[in-house]
Amino acid sequence: MGEFRMPSLGADMESGTLLEWRVQPGDAVHKGDIVAVVDTDKSAIEVEIFESGVIGELLVPVGDKVPVGTLLATVLPPGATLATPPAAPPAAPAPAEVPAPRAAPAEVPAPPAAAVARAAAPHASHLVSPVVRHLAERLGVDLDSVAPTGAGGRITRADVERAAPEVAAPPPAPAPAPAPAPEPSPAVAAAPAPGRPRSSPYARRLAAERGVDLADVAGSGPDGAVVAGDVTAAPSAAAPAPAPAAPAPAAPAARTGADRQASMRRAIAASMERSKREIPHYYVGLDIELGAATAWLDAANAERPVAERLLPAVLLLKAAALAARALPELNGFWVDGGFRPADHVHLGVAVSLRGGGLVAPAIHDADTLGLDELMAALRDLVGRARAGRLRSSEMADPTITVTNLGDQGVTTVYAVITPPQVAMVGFGRVAERPWAEGGMVGPRPVVTATLAADHRVTDGLRGARFLTTIDKLLHAPEDL
Amino acid sequence: MTVTYREALRDALRDALVRDPRVFLMGEDVGRYGGCFAVSMGLYEEFGPERVRDTPLSESAFVGAGIGAALGGLRPIVEVMTVNFSLLALDQILNNAATLLHMSGGQLNVPLVIRMTTGGGRQLAAQHSHSLEGWYAHIPGLRAVAPATLEDARGMLWTALEDPDPVLLFEHGGLYNLEGELAPDAGPVDIDRAAVRRAGTDLTVITYGGMLPKVMAAAEQLAGERISAEVVDLRTLRPLDDATFVGSVTRTHRALVVDEGWRSVGMSAEIAARVTEGAFYDLDAPVERLCTTEVPLPHPKHLEDAAIPQVDDVVAAARALVQGGPGDG
Repeated sequence: MGEFRMPSLGADMESGTLLEWRVQPGDAVHKGDIVAVVDTDKSAIEVEIFESGVIGELLVPVGDKVPVGTLLATVLPPGATLATPPAAPPAAPAPAEVPAPRAAPAEVPAPPAAAVARAAAPHASHLVSPVVRHLAERLGVDLDSVAPTGAGGRITRADVERAAPEVAAPPPAPAPAPAPAPEPSPAVAAAPAPGRPRSSPYARRLAAERGVDLADVAGSGPDGAVVAGDVTAAPSAAAPAPAPAAPAPAAPAARTGADRQASMRRAIAASMERSKREIPHYYVGLDIELGAATAWLDAANAERPVAERLLPAVLLLKAAALAARALPELNGFWVDGGFRPADHVHLGVAVSLRGGGLVAPAIHDADTLGLDELMAALRDLVGRARAGRLRSSEMADPTITVTNLGDQGVTTVYAVITPPQVAMVGFGRVAERPWAEGGMVGPRPVVTATLAADHRVTDGLRGARFLTTIDKLLHAPEDL
Repeated sequence: MTVTYREALRDALRDALVRDPRVFLMGEDVGRYGGCFAVSMGLYEEFGPERVRDTPLSESAFVGAGIGAALGGLRPIVEVMTVNFSLLALDQILNNAATLLHMSGGQLNVPLVIRMTTGGGRQLAAQHSHSLEGWYAHIPGLRAVAPATLEDARGMLWTALEDPDPVLLFEHGGLYNLEGELAPDAGPVDIDRAAVRRAGTDLTVITYGGMLPKVMAAAEQLAGERISAEVVDLRTLRPLDDATFVGSVTRTHRALVVDEGWRSVGMSAEIAARVTEGAFYDLDAPVERLCTTEVPLPHPKHLEDAAIPQVDDVVAAARALVQGGPGDG
């Protein structure tokens, strides 16, 4: 089957607006026939077809702007007939959405009479250029009711505008632009912008790392700018080094929700910006079959009251914590140009907050907790995170973080490491997928585990081993 | 062994002439007169007119001849008296020496070394005192080096001769009488890396050439005020070793660029830009620049001294940078 695509009508053309279809499904066309009119950035252009055949389906409605190469219509072999009655061409969108043609009418050649005669479009009885037809559509003017004044009975732009007097008046002048703001005098320009304390980049970085709000710091630099010394002298919201994984939530009483959100967004921005700037991430992923884990969990939960049941996430967290213990190169911090492994696993758990934002507090010594303890810790942590009552230690010391977006339905999470940590584990949705094993395919619960890790510290091999360790652990859930 | 910068350069020239028969020196008055700054004094007698050649007063001609000789297989060292005069040969340097490798598709290296004096402070007035090395550092295809120590004066020439492409050696006129200890076995030095001449923690002073001794003196004085200045000597102006000076600023969080060139569109601008690009998030203060006043250098000593950065200026700028604003100094 042939294809009729949006042509490139010049090297700089990226897309075109379909102004008009000159054919309908079922029409026989010959190579060179004009089948459509396309508006480019420069003018409306009649587009020829490069093969003979029968128009199949018109895929793009009039008025749509599509990239070069988009399939506009299918072309059946010559002599073919449509199996079903031709569907009406796709409806044009509401007039308001139709972009106005850019070309001035005088520049647009009227289509040759023959082409118009052959065209099956509405108003075929009129000689009217595509642009004028388009204008009529936009203005809601019925071309049948317009008296043509143009050469050879052509309907001109003026004819259409006359027929729509209330719209034809020149568009109202745009509202006068607001008076330009007066140029700030140098003195004003030097003053700190409201809401954002003047500070050096280094001071900002330090503040983000220490969870210090710059607004609370008195600046001793030029014009009161906050410099690094002011930040180091300020009481830190979090414990000292290592830097917190994510900003500690600001004291809720002191600030409005919007403030907090804005500052949290800023802090997340700073942290993630730093991460993507400084940490050469590498990623590995593994689909982990959870048949055994799910079966074990179902059996365990069947014996528990609802309030004490375990979530699948707890198994994943525990497995991740144990894997972090097994592969200490992924559990620790990049500090002062070198890796410092942690001697315990404080598992950061990314918790999204109501109203936006994200914190990743730590479950301390997660690798040593039983599943019930872990479940309790998780429940407690999420609850307090959302209530804004996290402890600074929880904010300060995750050694590796897990993000679990399974409940959001995504398959795979490509995480961004929270500096100065060196790895981040992502779990997607646990879902039944076709799983091939032992020559058989069957539905199994599967989760995609990913690891984003700092390439300065480890290579993919170590990351792969981390994921296969998780895999192995999840196949023996009773030992978790 | 106590030697002067001038003697170190002369030793380097002699060493090169002895080591490689393809090496020869040419320029105005380099032979019988001994070089207008006496750098090549005695070499004419030692090596003869074929190896130490006096040239007519035409920079374009003898630099061009040097390029031809380099293309022909020799290793010419061309002396252009001052950087101001080198502009007469700029067409040869920029349009031929710097471009031939590229334009020949990699077939024609130009193993040429051009020595010239730069800088002020000697009451030689505007046409003999400018610091235009930044102009050459702008040109792809050239390497521009600036020895600021006796070791570098002794060692950079041979390293430059080893380079298959054109190298410009900028000798600061004010350093010729610099005197100090130089190991008898001093030899070729690295010209790829900048050097940390003094370690410090409070700010990084980035400089090169004739400003280095002044900056070192200033750093000493600052140490007395408990301001610890790290001094980076660029040594090579093109290609710049940003890793060294950006790394230093990353540690000290403050940068002062001291450049005898003019401030606008010069070396200091380039260095400041690179510091900002490479160490922005480690900066605790805006990058500061201390440069020569933007005037043609005056002849009277007091005016020349006022135009060129002096030790006290470096101290004041560093103090202001560390203590936050000139008002606090």
